[in-house]
Amino acid sequence: MSSTMPSIVRVHGVSKRFVMHKDKSLKERFLNFRQARRHTSDFYALRDIDLDIALGSTVGLVGHNGSGKSTLLKVIGGIIEPTVGTVERRGRLAALLELGAGFHPDLTGRENVYLNAAILGLTRRETDRYFDDIVEFSGIEPFIDTQVKFYSSGMYVRLAFAVAVHVDPDLLLVDEVLAVGDEPFQRKCMEKIAQFQAEGRTIVLVSHSAEQVGSLCDRVVVLDGGVVQHDGDPGDGIRILRAGYEAERERAAHLAEQRGLSRAYDIESFDTEAEVGADGTALVRARIGVTIHEPSHDWGIGMEIENTLGLQLYAMTTFDAPALPNTPGYHEVTVEFPDVRLGPGTYLINVGVGNSSGVNFDRRAPGGSFVIPGKDYGNGILRLTPQISAK
Amino acid sequence: MTQLDLRAERIANEPMSVVGARFRFFGGVDSIVDIWRHRELLFLLIRREIKSRYKGSTLGVVWSLFRPIAQLLIYYLVIGKVLGVSRGTPDFAIFVFIGLTTWGLYSEIVGSSTTSILSNSGLVKKVYLPREIFPLSVIGSALFNAAIQYIVLIIAIATLSSVPFNWGPNILLAIGGLLLAIVFATVVGLVLAAVNVYLRDVQHIVEIALGILYWASPIVYSFTYVNNMLHGGWLEHVYLYNPATLAVLAMQKGLWAAGSVPFCPPGGAACITQYWPPHLGLSVAVVLLISLALLWPAQRVFARLQGNFAQEL
Repeated sequence: MSSTMPSIVRVHGVSKRFVMHKDKSLKERFLNFRQARRHTSDFYALRDIDLDIALGSTVGLVGHNGSGKSTLLKVIGGIIEPTVGTVERRGRLAALLELGAGFHPDLTGRENVYLNAAILGLTRRETDRYFDDIVEFSGIEPFIDTQVKFYSSGMYVRLAFAVAVHVDPDLLLVDEVLAVGDEPFQRKCMEKIAQFQAEGRTIVLVSHSAEQVGSLCDRVVVLDGGVVQHDGDPGDGIRILRAGYEAERERAAHLAEQRGLSRAYDIESFDTEAEVGADGTALVRARIGVTIHEPSHDWGIGMEIENTLGLQLYAMTTFDAPALPNTPGYHEVTVEFPDVRLGPGTYLINVGVGNSSGVNFDRRAPGGSFVIPGKDYGNGILRLTPQISAK
Repeated sequence: MTQLDLRAERIANEPMSVVGARFRFFGGVDSIVDIWRHRELLFLLIRREIKSRYKGSTLGVVWSLFRPIAQLLIYYLVIGKVLGVSRGTPDFAIFVFIGLTTWGLYSEIVGSSTTSILSNSGLVKKVYLPREIFPLSVIGSALFNAAIQYIVLIIAIATLSSVPFNWGPNILLAIGGLLLAIVFATVVGLVLAAVNVYLRDVQHIVEIALGILYWASPIVYSFTYVNNMLHGGWLEHVYLYNPATLAVLAMQKGLWAAGSVPFCPPGGAACITQYWPPHLGLSVAVVLLISLALLWPAQRVFARLQGNFAQEL
């Protein structure tokens, strides 16, 4: 589908350099005029980014803190000008970088709806037409003529979100603002997003939630240090992002080791395997080799099973199980999950070692993976065997 | 055709446009078109400015009258009666009020434009809008305030004036003066609004400068006093180069009817004829044209500086 779709955003060789001023006042600038260079430092938030976003796609921008993903979103939105390169765009844009940007606390909900809609590009007549829908979606009818400073924070974001989703954009830029309010409202938001996708609107979202990105996006762009690290399949993107987090954690742990803080418990090895029976149920076996350097008062193993999009399926610890041997030296522990009924696909297992007071000694995420082969009537995470009959 | 296909067709037919309108020297027309497209938002922002100023107060907009009236009373009593300036200035209350309202409009435009980008930083950082909208919205609210005060002024002229109002060509001078105040303040305000983002000291400098310049225009004293002191010397020319001074003078010449006839104080003292600078109408017209022409470079400076607003705030 997306190959035949026209592109809505084209980013050509965009770089963004930030100059960090260390002094702001006239006096300081005047005094430091001679050594002005010493008081500024450059850093590139984006380096040579090329992107072509097709109409109707939902693109997730992910990356660590400071990877440049929010900057890229702002460059696409025209809020920040790139230092080098250009961004081309067409269609109507709505940028949701902060819910309720432009809400004025002293105006009533009604006035703020009109103001916010105008900020997002709606004419007065269009706002008149959508007004009832907006109020109904937000669910705060009784308070619409109250000043928004008296709103609870939940009411505030609900009204703001309601305005934003009624703007009728071709391109919606979202920065970490999905999933606000209580659970029914969150469901409403997600339904609205799904409706947007079905209507062929394009969504570019920045998120830290791998789960959200995995469930919403059909394309993931991983940024690291302002450079595109991955662009394409969401599952791969999330895996790369996770691997990046993991590498960072490893590096921190390594540094700690160098400073002489050796780990009390070390995961030496971790193997997983799955034996799939004729009926499709699997036996998943995980073997963990742990070396104990300094025994703590107790210890246990924690495991999580996830799908490749980062959705957690199961989590467990061994604290309630019979105590594990707690003497210095190498120990091997086997954990078996019999009768696992999962749909076809690849699954990841994260493993960690810690004690009951919450200290984490070592962790591997993902520690291993297993594959469930096969075909099913339907598809999904669960393996069900539906019996179909008709009368 | 489904909604999806319709959208695809519409988007495919729309040409790509470059985001953020990279600065071009002759890009002024694009900016004006962009602002015009956001005119509804501009009016909403002006309403927001006006409403939020008198938030929660029972009297609301009426307060915008009390400040100049209180000022008027102070100047009328202290400068006019106690210091005796009103003895040489007929209809002193009307005279002072003309100067106060005109200067008030000028200084409000300059002062609040300067901080307009900073005080809207939440929007500047999060949404793309033509940023000129923020200084323009405070200019709009300043005009609204001034309009109320001018209504009071006109009522005062109609009821209190000792000399019947002269509907001559002088009224054109008043209109020219008013336009000059608005246009020149807009030029200054646009540039200062942009510069203040990078150099926050500007807003403090502006505050002090406006306080000093207040006394450098004939607001509480008439120009006759200036002429008596400087006798048309070079300092008087410098004094008259100030566009705000020209605007105030033009307003006074146009609306202060008592200033255009000889004034004979009761008690038999010598009659006083107010002194007006020569070619006032011509000077106002020339400076107004120059100010109008300066709007373009001011907007260009603003456009050049606005590219980095979001990251400097």
